[in-house]
Amino acid sequence: MEKTGVVFDIQRFSVHDGPGIRTTVFFKGCPLRCRWCHNPEGISPEPEPMFFEYKCLGCGRCARVCPTGAITFASTEEAKPTLNRQKCTGCGICAEACPSGAWRLVGRTVTVEELISTLERDALLYDRSEGGVTFSGGEPLFQPEFLLAALRACKERRIHTVVDTSGFAPTRVLGDVAPLADLFLFDLKPMDEEDHRRYTGVPNRLIHENLRQLVEWGRPVIVRVPLIPGITDTERNVQMLMSFLTELRGGIQKVELLPYHDVAEKYQRLGQTYGMPLLSRPSEERLRELRARIAQVIPCP
Amino acid sequence: MSVHLEAEKRRKAIRPGSARIARLREESVRAAVRISLERARLITEFYQSGQVQGLPVPVQRALAFKYLMERVSLPVEEGQLIVGLRGTGPKEVPTYPEICVHSLADLEILDSRENMPYRVDEETRRFYAEEIIPFWRGKSMRDLIFEHLPPEWIAAYEAGVWTEFMEQRAPGHTAGGERVFRMGLLDIKEEIARVLSGLDPADPEYYEKRSELQAMDIAADALLIYASRYAKKLEEMAKETTDPLRREELEKMAEICRWVPARAPRTFWEALQHYWFIHVGVTYETNPWDSFSPGRIDQHLYPFYKRDIEEGRLTREQAKELLQAFWLKFNNQPAVPKVGVTAEESFTYNDFSKLNLGGLRADGSDGVNDLSYLILEVLEEMRTLQPNTAVLISSKTPDRFLIRALEAVAPGFGEPPLFNFDGVIVKMLRQGKTLEDARTAGVSGCVETGAFGKECYILTGYLNLPKILEITLHNGLDPRTGKKIGIETGDPREFRSYEELWQAFLRQLEYFVRVKMKGNDIIEALYAHHLPVPFLSLWIEDCVRNARDYNAGGARYNTQYLQIVGLGTLANALSALKFHVFERRTFTMEEVLRALDADFSGAHEITRQILLNKSPRYGEDDDYADTIAKAIVDEAVRVVESFPPTPVRKASRRVYFLPTTVHVYFGKVTGATPDGRKAGFPVSEGVSPVQGTDRRGIAAVFRSVAKCDWDKTGGALLNQKLAPDLLADEENLKKLAQLIRVFFNMGGHHVQFNVVSAELLREAQKRPQDFQDLMVRVAGYSDYFVNLPRGLQEEIIARTEHRHW
Repeated sequence: MEKTGVVFDIQRFSVHDGPGIRTTVFFKGCPLRCRWCHNPEGISPEPEPMFFEYKCLGCGRCARVCPTGAITFASTEEAKPTLNRQKCTGCGICAEACPSGAWRLVGRTVTVEELISTLERDALLYDRSEGGVTFSGGEPLFQPEFLLAALRACKERRIHTVVDTSGFAPTRVLGDVAPLADLFLFDLKPMDEEDHRRYTGVPNRLIHENLRQLVEWGRPVIVRVPLIPGITDTERNVQMLMSFLTELRGGIQKVELLPYHDVAEKYQRLGQTYGMPLLSRPSEERLRELRARIAQVIPCP
Repeated sequence: MSVHLEAEKRRKAIRPGSARIARLREESVRAAVRISLERARLITEFYQSGQVQGLPVPVQRALAFKYLMERVSLPVEEGQLIVGLRGTGPKEVPTYPEICVHSLADLEILDSRENMPYRVDEETRRFYAEEIIPFWRGKSMRDLIFEHLPPEWIAAYEAGVWTEFMEQRAPGHTAGGERVFRMGLLDIKEEIARVLSGLDPADPEYYEKRSELQAMDIAADALLIYASRYAKKLEEMAKETTDPLRREELEKMAEICRWVPARAPRTFWEALQHYWFIHVGVTYETNPWDSFSPGRIDQHLYPFYKRDIEEGRLTREQAKELLQAFWLKFNNQPAVPKVGVTAEESFTYNDFSKLNLGGLRADGSDGVNDLSYLILEVLEEMRTLQPNTAVLISSKTPDRFLIRALEAVAPGFGEPPLFNFDGVIVKMLRQGKTLEDARTAGVSGCVETGAFGKECYILTGYLNLPKILEITLHNGLDPRTGKKIGIETGDPREFRSYEELWQAFLRQLEYFVRVKMKGNDIIEALYAHHLPVPFLSLWIEDCVRNARDYNAGGARYNTQYLQIVGLGTLANALSALKFHVFERRTFTMEEVLRALDADFSGAHEITRQILLNKSPRYGEDDDYADTIAKAIVDEAVRVVESFPPTPVRKASRRVYFLPTTVHVYFGKVTGATPDGRKAGFPVSEGVSPVQGTDRRGIAAVFRSVAKCDWDKTGGALLNQKLAPDLLADEENLKKLAQLIRVFFNMGGHHVQFNVVSAELLREAQKRPQDFQDLMVRVAGYSDYFVNLPRGLQEEIIARTEHRHW
């Protein structure tokens, strides 16, 4: 049977997730719960409705068509719908019926074949720019069967592949994926085990072990560090990061710093609260300083 | 990037080189646009005198041109290095009453309108009232045209199904080729004499040919007179000046005017002056569409530049200053003032003279040279409204030139646009041009391909596709006026399938194109007979050899174009009907029609939202809608090309897809459309997706556009808006260059970028006084944002801004 997976977005002409011009495929579902997560719609493995309030006409169609009665209008005066996410099955009928596109179902099931036909639309772009496809998420390793099938299909067609991962997956899964992917983008979040658990919901020992493994297997890796003020940009974390990077130097192509930015609005659309206090983006100066320090060990453009 | 930072960055981008150029630029930019009475007065005096009665028409026209050249003012901008100017001074625009007579009301509107006024003084108004209007009313080309056109043509024109290019401006739309830079007027006079002596009196056209050649010879003399008047004036100025440096310059300029345009230019400076005299001549003779242009300027000027540099006559800096001085000459010649509908269809001072850079040489080798780079530098430093540029990219063009051009795009003035030159060659070859003529071709106006210097390719008017769908959906009726202006193609409520709707639309399209083509033939004959252009004919091959006027089919190649508008709106409208009425059956046709007739008011708003948001759309790489767009392009080409060559010029019939600013006017006269567009809103422009609907990113837009077979057309205009941050670094420029290469590999013809944020445009609307210099891309040209009419401003803001990639 054709392998299927759940993805929540396919972004074309993507230029920040690996070399050249790429198509980024966002897998839905992630074992981590990073408080600053930029793609909260990628956390749940199930399709779920997202609500864009500014588009809502208040016409009431969604409430009328919802098979489980999950959508209600509090009163006749209340212009906007409320969704009881406990009752919601993610069937998407509301999104289908919504005239203005205020309800959008994030997450759809795709076959490898569908995925490849989308990727091939930009084959000329990959050729010219030495780009390809990046599997991101969510967590691509969280849907290993689908990821492996997609990677194999890409390999057959000589499409360059990148796997953008949190590294939190059984080492066996990583071992299956490693020879098929041309490059890994590997995230390093808080270095302290306790901090990692507190801010992402999972320990980091396995993650670090997996990174060591990848390096040992000689697979090309770029390390990416989300720079969260007060969490990953503290002196202590930077020092721990530096000593880990020093241990792995030579096995890592480069380190990229991803400065924090606020995505509170996305959480509202999913009916969730954003777990981060209001923080400002790290200053250019701080970024420059950190890059210079890391560059002493591993290139950090 | 903040709005203030963005505005500041743009201002800093302008940095004209020398103090002289900076001052000339400032004067040119600041000068108010005025109507200059002189030409209209002279031409009226000339014809009033009755001295040419009984002479053949071409000879009359040539003598009229000579009368002008002997008498018009000889303005010299203080410190300029190139002389000659159409009009009495910078931005003083003449009128052409023999082509189109402005009424007193027209003059009043021009003088008083808020956007892009043309100042009209009392004397001009008085002279118009007393002499010009009484003499030309009923005799001008415009009056003759409307007198001869059939009622069905007039009905469609008044309903806004099309516009007519030739009602106010003469056929033109041509660019100079090699001949312009290699021949002096004395050489051409010799050629005329040779052809004249070879004429056979037994030739049935002997008389016409002889008259035309005589007219050409007189026209050549006319410009010689103009140039020698300038030489004399410069010599006098040299004597009077106290500045020794300027005296030397003026003497040099006088010397140049004694050599060109009589003889072929020998130096870079002479070449620029030579061309400019011809440009002034062409634009004094008539008010041709898109004025005139030096075409492939880096190719033409390079031999002069190279020799001057090698022989130590010229430095790169001097060449640059000369080019900048040359640049400002274009800016000092705004478009001629229009009346009525035409004023709205192309609402701009821009006269569309387009300088082409790059491309290939006649032998097929890469055309990029030192001047291509130098001229990009001039463009970056000047940033004036005119002239326009075009960068021609072939598979042989080096990446560094493309990236250099994108660097010039980055500050956000909309220039230069980029063209697929390999595609230009395919288009030319398909139309039967030789390989060499195809390789020396280029793009003029907005995006129009033509064999430069060898082709008379005349644009005849814009066609409003969404309006034709509206008429189809009302079985031949124009719902806005209640008049029946189309044919009966059936009650759409009874259509069983999408195919029936599509066929009805095609029949309606065929009907309107037939009426338009009939009108084109009438107008072509009128121009051929009443308005020959012996001066322009000197420069376009093979008019002299054929002893035939440019307007009568003398050029080597003759083509006639219809410009199609509203592809995106029509594709989305048909897609919505196909999807919701014939497939999903979300609505019945009756329900959609009722919603359209109600302009989606009240409860129909829900219907609008569904049609707008829940239908496959062109521009998102969705084959469902893109297949419809492709079919529209194929069928438009088929229908127009099915008509035989024109009677007089034997011109083949072709299509362009471009709008200038007419999509705003077409929107005003078109009711609500099934894509969810409300009545009166602009239709889509060029071949761009409907404003604000292309949400799948620029790569998807390029894919959608490239699915259509543009090689069968003469060109297609695509606008894209980018957030300024996107072009901020070298890495992104490189990736954009790669994307453009792929777009062209896939068959795209053209793309141009507005690099401006919606926030900045909104800010400029609030405080126009602070943003007088904010230049943005409109259609095939750039313009000052705050001068645009509000509808157009809103339309530009509504275009999707690609913020991420």
